[in-house]
Amino acid sequence: MPGAANGVFEMPKVTYLNAQEGIKSWLLTGDHKRIAILYLISISIFFALGGVFASLIRIELLTPGPELDAEMYNRAFTAHGIVMVFMFLIPAIPAVLGNFLLPIMIGARDLAFPKVNLLSWYLYMIGGLLTLTAMLMGGVDTGWTFYTPYSTTYSQSYVFLTGLGIFIMGFSSITTGLNFVITTHKMRAPGMTWSRLPLFVWSQYATSLVMLLGTPVIAITVVLLAAERVFGVGIFNPNLGGDPVLFQHLFWFYSHPAVYIMILPAMGVISELIAAFSRRRVFGYSFVAFSSLAIAIFGFLVWGHHLFVSGQSAYAGIIFSLLSFIVAIPSAVKVFNWTTTLYKGSISYETPMLYALAFIGLFAIGGLTGLFCAALGLDVHITDTYFIIAHFHYVMVGSTVIAYLGGIHYWWPKMTGRSYPEFWGKLSAMLIYVGFNLTFFPQFILGYLGMPRRYHVYPPEYQVLNILSTAGASVLAVGFLMPVFYLLWSLKYGPIAGPNPWGAKGLEWETASPPPTFNFDATPIVTQEAYAYDAEADEAAYQAALQQDKR
Amino acid sequence: MSGHIVPKKTYYTIFLLLMVLLAVTVLIAYLDLDHATGIGGLNIIVALSIAFTKMMLVVLYFMHMKWSSKLTWVFGGASILWLAIMLVITLADYFSRGWVMFTNR
Ligand SMILES: [Cu+2]
Repeated sequence: MPGAANGVFEMPKVTYLNAQEGIKSWLLTGDHKRIAILYLISISIFFALGGVFASLIRIELLTPGPELDAEMYNRAFTAHGIVMVFMFLIPAIPAVLGNFLLPIMIGARDLAFPKVNLLSWYLYMIGGLLTLTAMLMGGVDTGWTFYTPYSTTYSQSYVFLTGLGIFIMGFSSITTGLNFVITTHKMRAPGMTWSRLPLFVWSQYATSLVMLLGTPVIAITVVLLAAERVFGVGIFNPNLGGDPVLFQHLFWFYSHPAVYIMILPAMGVISELIAAFSRRRVFGYSFVAFSSLAIAIFGFLVWGHHLFVSGQSAYAGIIFSLLSFIVAIPSAVKVFNWTTTLYKGSISYETPMLYALAFIGLFAIGGLTGLFCAALGLDVHITDTYFIIAHFHYVMVGSTVIAYLGGIHYWWPKMTGRSYPEFWGKLSAMLIYVGFNLTFFPQFILGYLGMPRRYHVYPPEYQVLNILSTAGASVLAVGFLMPVFYLLWSLKYGPIAGPNPWGAKGLEWETASPPPTFNFDATPIVTQEAYAYDAEADEAAYQAALQQDKR
Repeated sequence: MSGHIVPKKTYYTIFLLLMVLLAVTVLIAYLDLDHATGIGGLNIIVALSIAFTKMMLVVLYFMHMKWSSKLTWVFGGASILWLAIMLVITLADYFSRGWVMFTNR
């Protein structure tokens, strides 16, 4: 390590960032790290766009009366849902952090199919731009769930174009999943056994399985929807001999597991952060690893909990309710193992750790309120209310977005070679935590009191809680904007980080920051697990140093 | 690994077989097997069996599963298992809709 002795580092001369130059070298790259950066930029832009639509919703709901008309409001919340789900949450962690880290973490030079990886980014961009075009032309008013027969027969909005965009983005997801699965099987460095894989890799692997097995179903569902809407083929419309609930079955067969496409990689990030900042091996490694697979598999058996009030048979409802409770077990296994990892760990509170701790609390709330929704009787009361909105925002924003930001901060020095300002990082993490809870906790109460989702007006007695929620959203927006500024600032002015600024374990910290194009100068030989931390030795060294100071 | 080279003749034979099966499917659709034999749903059973055979031919020969590793078989099998999960659980809803469970007494 150059300069490690006196704490001053030099930027490596040749890195993946400057190995080739010019815009063409980026747009035609096969380097998984560069593709991750392409994804990072495009995903951030879409996230900002989704945030603009969220602001429209919160401004409308500040007062009980209508600011936007109903048509406009329908299009705003639909756009918010589609952008955030399909263009941000699903690709975010796999396509940015997974792309960047998976090959490095297993000691590989790149993913198994670099060109397919680039193709996945182009598919994502083409699909995203088509969906965006539909929004610019006037948008969609069906909600992000496209329920039939409204979407196939009655809606006067751009359903087909939006569906085409989602169809194409689906293939981006499939190709990424395929690449990750094959890479994990075939490209591990010598000595990198399955039981030594970082938990982030395990979670990416489980996520990829869900992407491969689930995404084709949403693709075919969109095709069926288009067939009915454009050609009048009777599939979902009862007037044409179809069945509208069939759409809900097919849609949620993908879209419930899609929640696990969002949350599993987030859990992988948290496992890494907790281990690094409590300087301990993750407690119950194999339980955490296999619970990812269990979530991936059981997650496919619970979709009917979205159909409790849709005319599904009571027997199917009972089975789905039971299975939904069961899927909570592997999630709880993870939470308990993270907390146990903290116990007797040597904990420090850098920005990524703040995000990790926030995740544990918010995910616990998001997960436990999920049990309310899985309960067959109670769900009748809370279906389509703000309780559901609050529940899934605790899972998707409180967990996935928080973990994504935590991961971006943790690996930022690895990706760019420079450190971000810790003070601003901590401040924005805390603002996001406060803003998030202020935005969404009141929505639990609103929903429980009976405020339905997807309406632009509401009775005046709900206004106080809605004002709290909108105020929280403003704090949240500031919290989300701050990293944009200080991370960009750090690109030029941040202190040079060196290969391992956190003193963390794992192969990604053994190569230079930023890494060279093929990640390692020589293929690493792995002789130990990814979490060979020694908290006792750290503590002993610390105590010894204290003794020395006293004398 | 993917070193197996399949002679063109095999591909043509399989293609021909698929076309024959397609013709049979269309033909069967014009016959009312249910009434002719008295077995309810026979038309559907025959049509789906032919479809399954066609799928297996594509998977085994065109997609090279026949010459692939055990791991590839696991993944191929998983995708069929997942399709089965989707169909079986969805149909479980439709078949049990008419059942009466709770009476208000
Ligand atoms: Cu669900």
